[in-house]
Amino acid sequence: MDESVRKAVLGAVPSLRAFAISLCGNVDRADDLVQETLMRALANIDSFQPGTNMSAWLFTILRNHFRSEYRKRRREVEDSDGRYAESLKTQPEQHGQVEFREFRQALAQLPADQREALILVGASGFSYEEAAHICGCAVGTIKSRVNRARTRLAELMSIGGVDDFGPDQQTRAVLASGGE
Amino acid sequence: METAEPRNRRGGDKPVKLSREVQARLGQQLRLMYDDVVNQGVPERFTELINRINGDGNKDGR
Repeated sequence: MDESVRKAVLGAVPSLRAFAISLCGNVDRADDLVQETLMRALANIDSFQPGTNMSAWLFTILRNHFRSEYRKRRREVEDSDGRYAESLKTQPEQHGQVEFREFRQALAQLPADQREALILVGASGFSYEEAAHICGCAVGTIKSRVNRARTRLAELMSIGGVDDFGPDQQTRAVLASGGE
Repeated sequence: METAEPRNRRGGDKPVKLSREVQARLGQQLRLMYDDVVNQGVPERFTELINRINGDGNKDGR
């Protein structure tokens, strides 16, 4: 294996893990998924086209493998949050424990298609086009899934309403209505 | 009656347009979660795996 290829594969691993965890909601299973993805990828490294995006290539393999194998076993939403929380190094207190927990629970409730689209675009940093390629669907489909995912998350976390931001927003509303 | 709040949850099929503020907040939470895993780097098992598969071609003793 070419050294530059080896480095590119290694460099993609952290993000690949984050994606895998978000897909299966269980750290141990996610790491197995990453391991199987790497083995498949490296066994077929000749089909990787040099000069193209290594991350996107690996994400595609991982996603397809997950779809064909892992989805048969049911996602364990109940235990996922605890296990996931354990895997996080940042202490939740640092960033609003309640909201962060709510967010993870809400994310776990999204339909798989929406969750995957949101993660690819909102966290992995892929363009809509790249995400569409990874998921094997149209760009418009990805955009619509991302929008639905956001709306649903806001709904689940009850932050969709205009008054849900608390004092700040209320103050602003008062200022806006009475500030003439 | 004072029901001034617009209740637009589950307002049919049409997705509600979220404010920038809400979108930013969701995006922040998402990246916080994702980056926490990314910042854990490459676990040893994967470095070993890649090196082992790589090493099948060119043996490096130990």
